[in-house]
Amino acid sequence: MHVILEQIINGLTIGSFYALIALGYSMVYGVLKLINFAHGDFFTLGSYLGYTVLVFGAALLTAHFGLWGALMAALIFAGVSLAIVGLIVERVAYRPVYPAGRLPAVVSALGASIFLQNAIMVVWGPRFQAYPAALIPNVHIQLGNIHLTLLQIVILLLSFVLMGTLYYIVQKTTFGAAIRATAHDRKTASLMGININKVILFVFTLGPALGAVTGIMVGMYYRQISFTMGWNYGLKAFTASVLGGIGNIPGAMLGGLILGVLEMLGAAYISAAWKDVFVFIILILVLIFRPTGILGEKTAEKV
Amino acid sequence: MERTPLNGIGRLASSRQLHIALATAVFLIYPFLVSDYFIDIAFYFGIYTLLGLSLNIVLGEVGLFDLGHAGFYAIGAYTTAILNTKFGIPILVLLPLSALAAALFAYVVCSPIIHLQGDYLLIVTLGMGEIVRLALINNPFDLTGGPNGVFGIDFPSLGPWLVIDSSLEYYFLIWLIVGLTILGLTRLQDSRIGRAWNYIREDETAANANGIDSRSYKLLAFVLGAALAGVAGNVYASKLMCVSPESFSFWESCLMFCIVLIGGMGSIPGVIIGAAFISLFPEIFRPFAMYRMLIFGSAMMLMMMFRPGGVWPRKRGAVKYESLLEGTGRSDA
Amino acid sequence: MPERRTHAAGETVLETKGLTKIFGGLIAVNSLDLKVHKGEILSLIGPNGAGKTTVFNVVSGIYRPEFGEVFFRGERITGKKPHQIVSHGIARTFQNIRLFPDMTCRENVMAGRHCRSTSGLFSSIFRTPGQRTEEDMIKGTAEKRLRQVNLWKSRDDLAKNIAYGSQRMLEIARALASDPKLLVLDEPSSGLNPRETRDLMAFLQDIIREEDVTILLIEHDMNMVMGISDWVVVMDGGRKIAEEGIPDDIYADQRVIEAYLGKDDEDSTAYDVPAEH
Repeated sequence: MHVILEQIINGLTIGSFYALIALGYSMVYGVLKLINFAHGDFFTLGSYLGYTVLVFGAALLTAHFGLWGALMAALIFAGVSLAIVGLIVERVAYRPVYPAGRLPAVVSALGASIFLQNAIMVVWGPRFQAYPAALIPNVHIQLGNIHLTLLQIVILLLSFVLMGTLYYIVQKTTFGAAIRATAHDRKTASLMGININKVILFVFTLGPALGAVTGIMVGMYYRQISFTMGWNYGLKAFTASVLGGIGNIPGAMLGGLILGVLEMLGAAYISAAWKDVFVFIILILVLIFRPTGILGEKTAEKV
Repeated sequence: MERTPLNGIGRLASSRQLHIALATAVFLIYPFLVSDYFIDIAFYFGIYTLLGLSLNIVLGEVGLFDLGHAGFYAIGAYTTAILNTKFGIPILVLLPLSALAAALFAYVVCSPIIHLQGDYLLIVTLGMGEIVRLALINNPFDLTGGPNGVFGIDFPSLGPWLVIDSSLEYYFLIWLIVGLTILGLTRLQDSRIGRAWNYIREDETAANANGIDSRSYKLLAFVLGAALAGVAGNVYASKLMCVSPESFSFWESCLMFCIVLIGGMGSIPGVIIGAAFISLFPEIFRPFAMYRMLIFGSAMMLMMMFRPGGVWPRKRGAVKYESLLEGTGRSDA
Repeated sequence: MPERRTHAAGETVLETKGLTKIFGGLIAVNSLDLKVHKGEILSLIGPNGAGKTTVFNVVSGIYRPEFGEVFFRGERITGKKPHQIVSHGIARTFQNIRLFPDMTCRENVMAGRHCRSTSGLFSSIFRTPGQRTEEDMIKGTAEKRLRQVNLWKSRDDLAKNIAYGSQRMLEIARALASDPKLLVLDEPSSGLNPRETRDLMAFLQDIIREEDVTILLIEHDMNMVMGISDWVVVMDGGRKIAEEGIPDDIYADQRVIEAYLGKDDEDSTAYDVPAEH
């Protein structure tokens, strides 16, 4: 019994990574119907920026702000930087292409992804980089039979605080209503006086910032990062957002968590090697029987 | 002599023939002027052209978002690799068999998902491609050799008379296949099947309401596209003499997607240009070393900014059609 | 005034029995019995949301009805797929024009011949003599239909580039290319100017006189309904409200006027009431 609980907690940990990245995909898709292929690379870039702060600035930062302060500094620095990068990418790669339709935007997004990925390689080199160890004290916690690390608790707490905040903004505030209205029907929303550009600005700053924060957490959790890791996480997170119902913000969170838990349970009870196959089969089955995902709305085409 | 519209058609046709003759001449002479290295580059250009043509059927002609096309390519390559190394079946015999295996796989996998629209089809095909790649890595039944793949694949031969084992011969093999494929696909474009595919791309509901069984035609596109990708896999496997899962990653599917869109959806000359871009660009910019992929990514963005419909989109209505009824007494006008 | 054909003179071409279509909890069509007779023009009228287009979508196979049956020339076609229904001989147009925008006018009309031709993959790739003959026949019919609607001159233009009124006619030509026994037109005059509407009426009169075809149409333009229909059926809230009848009787029917004018202010202004009667 405690094995399954531990697997679920491990699943929730990686699931919250997927969920936070998936939010970026889902928010952009909701507003622009664009699959932002560069989003995985936002996540990687955030991870590398955090790495740089922690490696080169750690001594200085820790001396002034303490351990947690240094970590906060890294998170904030990476988050803010990626918000700016997100905006630049939107301006340079996507905005000029929107009027031409959705498919050219796919190519442009892939181009942006190649660009970012290789820019990271040029700056930080093609090899794996080791994240600073023992950043967070390696404390083990025993909860009944369940074994947890302090790092896991920090990751889960931070993820849930971020998701909760976003959920509150999107579901409870007026601006959140504007975002949801834009996702539902962009044309009508703009006729109703919603400033679409503000919504686009929001999703292209917050999405990459969340990705960057996730990048740092992934670096601390797995201790190593590479310039290509964005593809894999991006693919999983995109899958998660479709699973939850693409364009739907609570759906992306739920999809990410479910995907993480399924992956860990699949690894424990089916086969570690086949866990990803298992995940994709679930995804395909969900889409065959419920094409709009778990929380997605059903929209019928008017004939 | 007065210029009649018919002369216009004649001129257009002959200028087109001239272009094709010129292109063929360049392709025939080129390999005798350069080293094996450049012949190999042209070989990979041919492979990407074939892959682009195969995805163009699904994505370009029918408008189905297929981001897992590398899966069909992999099925073709591994069919060739496994049957050749385990049972010694000749590569040329495996050429149609690999096409068939990929086509069958496409039929089985796509049947339950063919009703999905747009991005949902995209994510499902993406998942399908990933499942194929992961399965190859996991070495089911000890067939695929895991992450290392399968080694020691033969070269194509037909007894002692025809042996394809040099760069030059592979070059001619792939471009012969590409040439025949282009001929067949050009004819399909101007047939009720090609039009039916285009009707579905333009408006599926209207296509159905005009008597087109969209489900069957969409499946046909997948099956035919997969078969061609299977052929590409066969030639690729024998050229490289080994196959491994990393050659069939999501990235390959993305490249094929870009080939079709850079050239222009449903445009055969466009596919050639797209494939040239994808396969030649990194070679041309080799002197820039690690910066070349930065330039590559920027070029993709710039292209979509300035030519969102592709570099060489298919032009419809360029050839003026003349009456079939006039002079037969059946004219209503 | 054109001559009137009498309703119920010919055999029944299309018949629906107890046709019911439900969306969620909403009954869009409520046990509708409808009979269309050979060689007539039958107009289905009624306010927005009356369920007229839903009837068309069920008849043409886009929707599957919850209850009831559709018979076409004696054969049960309920639940058949749209492409099968076209080959049975029912062709339709759409309220909001659905052409193939990036294809030429000629290619658009050729679509109508798809169900009347058979060439497969191999005969198309190898250009067999049978395939070539068939292609010529497809092109010939397309030319005939394009000339009928005066669009032969625009044959090589993309459908999205021709005028709105021409697009409406092109869609009708495409439907006619399949040589249907029943032509189903969803608001063919909407968006047309009065002259184009008159041309359309004349065209439909010609077609019905010269060809073995029956026309079922949804129409909001009362001038057109009164001008060309042989029989009028009024729908409201998914049901037939008045006894069906010849246009003059329907026009005088109090319940029809109520359905249009008395209930929904929003809709009432949308109808063009003839000045003289």
